[in-house]
Amino acid sequence: MMFFIEVTLSGLMAGVMYSLVALGFVLIFKASGIFNFAQGVMALFAALTLVGLMEKFNFPVWLAIIGTIVVMIALAWLIERVMLRHLVNQEPIILFMATIGLAYVLEGAGDILWGSDVKLLDIGIPQGAWGWLWDQGIYVEKLELFAAGTAAILVIFLAVFFQKTRVGRALRAVADDHQAALSVGISLNTIWVVVWSVSGIVALVAGIMWGSKSGVQFSLSLIALKALPVLILGGFTSVPGAIVGGMIIGVGEKLAEVYFGPMVGGAIENWFAYMLALAFLLFRPQGLFGDKIIERV
Amino acid sequence: MIYRETGQFKSSYESDQALFPIKQDRYVILGVLIVTFGVVPGLLNEYWLNAILLPFLIYALAALGLNILTGYCGQVSLGTGGFMAVGAFSVYKLMIAFPELGFIPLVLLSGVITAAVGALFGLPSLRIKGFYLAVATLAAQFFLIWLFNKVGWFFNYNASGMINSPPMTVFGVIITGPEGDMTGKYYLVATFVALFALVAKNLARGRIGRNWMAIRDMDIAAELIGVRPLIAKLSAFAVSSFYIGMAGALYFAVWLGSAEPTEAFDINQSFLVLFMIIIGGLGSVLGSFLGAGFMVLMPILLKNIMVDGFGTDAALAAHIEIITVGVLIIGFLIVEPHGLARLWRIAKEKMRLWPFPH
Repeated sequence: MMFFIEVTLSGLMAGVMYSLVALGFVLIFKASGIFNFAQGVMALFAALTLVGLMEKFNFPVWLAIIGTIVVMIALAWLIERVMLRHLVNQEPIILFMATIGLAYVLEGAGDILWGSDVKLLDIGIPQGAWGWLWDQGIYVEKLELFAAGTAAILVIFLAVFFQKTRVGRALRAVADDHQAALSVGISLNTIWVVVWSVSGIVALVAGIMWGSKSGVQFSLSLIALKALPVLILGGFTSVPGAIVGGMIIGVGEKLAEVYFGPMVGGAIENWFAYMLALAFLLFRPQGLFGDKIIERV
Repeated sequence: MIYRETGQFKSSYESDQALFPIKQDRYVILGVLIVTFGVVPGLLNEYWLNAILLPFLIYALAALGLNILTGYCGQVSLGTGGFMAVGAFSVYKLMIAFPELGFIPLVLLSGVITAAVGALFGLPSLRIKGFYLAVATLAAQFFLIWLFNKVGWFFNYNASGMINSPPMTVFGVIITGPEGDMTGKYYLVATFVALFALVAKNLARGRIGRNWMAIRDMDIAAELIGVRPLIAKLSAFAVSSFYIGMAGALYFAVWLGSAEPTEAFDINQSFLVLFMIIIGGLGSVLGSFLGAGFMVLMPILLKNIMVDGFGTDAALAAHIEIITVGVLIIGFLIVEPHGLARLWRIAKEKMRLWPFPH
C-alpha cells in the first residue's frame, strides 16, 4: 500500500511537470488557434539562455531570469513580426507546420549560441527527498514538490491575469472570436505578442524545472511530445484541463509502468500516455474540459 | 501558345475522360518516363543514384501515400514513420519466411499488411477530428516503434535489434542489401513509383477519390449527400498505408539494407513526409514528387555548399543546416502556402497565354 501511494504521488508530481509544458500550448491555442509545436523547444531555448547568461556572463540568478524573460519577449515579438503576421487566415495545418519550422530554427540557434553539451542548471531549488514523508517511508522529490507549488502559483497568476486585467479580457475576446475582437478595436498583433510572451515565460518555468531535474540538453525539447497526450486529454482550450490532464497522464503512466510494464518488457512510457488519451477521446472527442465541438453544415 | 487545349477535339467519351486529356501533358509524361528509364541510369553515377535518386523516389512514394490521406481525405496523420516501419518489418519477416515468392509480390504483400494496420489505427478518425486526430495518430507512431523494439519475434531475436535484408533477386539481378546492383535497384523503385503514381491519379479522379474529397471539404455535408464516412475514411487510411508500407519496405530492403526501428523510423520521418506534401502541395500527385525532391535535395545541397564550399566545421554546419531548413520552410509557407504544385499551375496558366499578358 505504501508503495502504491509512493508511485501515485510521484506520478502526480511528474504529471505537474507535463502540465507546465502543456500550459504553454493551451495559452497559444486559445488565443490564436495555433497548435504550437515549438513549445518544447522554447522551453529548451529558455533554459539554455538562462544557463548561458549565468555561466558566460556571470549574472546572478535573479538577473539571469529577468534577462531570459526579456529574451523570450523579444522572441515573441520577432515571431509575430516575421512569421505569424504573414500567415493570418491560413489553414491550421499550415500554421502547425510553420511552428515545426520554428522549432528547427530555435533548436539550431540555441545550439549555436550556447553550445550543445549537457549543462547543469542550479538556481537554488531544493533537491533530494522531502524529510517528513521520507520518515513515513515514502520518497517524494523536493524539486517536484517545488514544481507543483510553482505550477499552482502560475495557474493562479494566469487566472487573475485572464479574468481581472484589461489585456486578459482582450485575450479572452480574441480567443472567442477573432473578427468580433478586431471590430471592437482589439489589436490582434499586440495580443499575439502578449500571448507568445506569456507562453514563453511559461516555457521558461518549465525549462527551469526540467533543466534542474535532468540537466539542460537537447532531450528537453522532446517533453513537448510528452505534453501532447496531456493536451488532448484535457482539451486544447482549457487551462484546468492541462493541469488535470497532466496529473491523470502522470499517475496513469507511472502505475502502468510499475504494475503492467514488466509483463510486456517495459519502457511503455513512450506510448502509454497516448493510448490513455486516445481511450478518453473515444468517449469525449473534445477532451475532458475542451469546448464542445458544434458542427453546422 | 505552348500549353493550349484549343483545337484538341474529343470525339469519344474515352478520350474526354482520359487520365491526361491534353496532348501536351501526355508528351511531358512520356518525356519524363523516357528520361527516367532511358537516360538517367546511363548518365548518372552510383553516388547520384544511391544518395539522391533512390531516397527521392522512395520518399515520393511515401508522400503520395500521405497525400492520399491528408491531401485528398483531409485527415492529418503523424504516424507515417510507424507505418513505414510496419512495411519494413513485414517485408523482412516475409523475405525470411517465404523467399520463394519473389521480391515484388512480397513488397506488395507488406503493403497489404500495412494497409490493415493503418485501417485499424484509422478507426479513431470516425470520432476524433482535426488536431485531436493528428495527436492520436502519434499513438500509432510510438506504439509501433516500441513494438518493433521490444518484441523479439519481429527482428528474429537478433541481439542488436537490427534487421538486415537478405539478398533477393528480381529477374536474376540482386536487388536488396549492400551487394545489390545499383542500376537494378533504381529500375525497380522507379517502376514501383511510376506505376503507383498512375494508380493514385486514377483513384483520385474516380468515385473513391471524389468521396475522399467530399469528406475533406465537409464531412457532415458529405454524409448527407450519401458518402459513407466509415468506408471513405477507412479506405483512405488503408490505401494511404498501403503506399506508405511499400515505401517503408523499399526504404529498408532496397535503400538502407539494414535498419533499426528507433532511428530509421522515428517521428522525424513522419514530419519529413508531412513537410513534403505541404511544401509540394496538398491534394496533388505532382506535388508529392516536387515536395519529396525539395526535402531530399535541399539538405544535401546545403551541406555540400557549407562543408565543401566554405569549409565550415561539420558540427556548426549541421546547426546552420537545421536553421536554414526551418527558415526555408517558414519562408515557403508564407510565400506559397499551397505548395510547389500551385506554382506549376500558375506556370501552366502563363504558358497558355504566352506571349500575351492577359
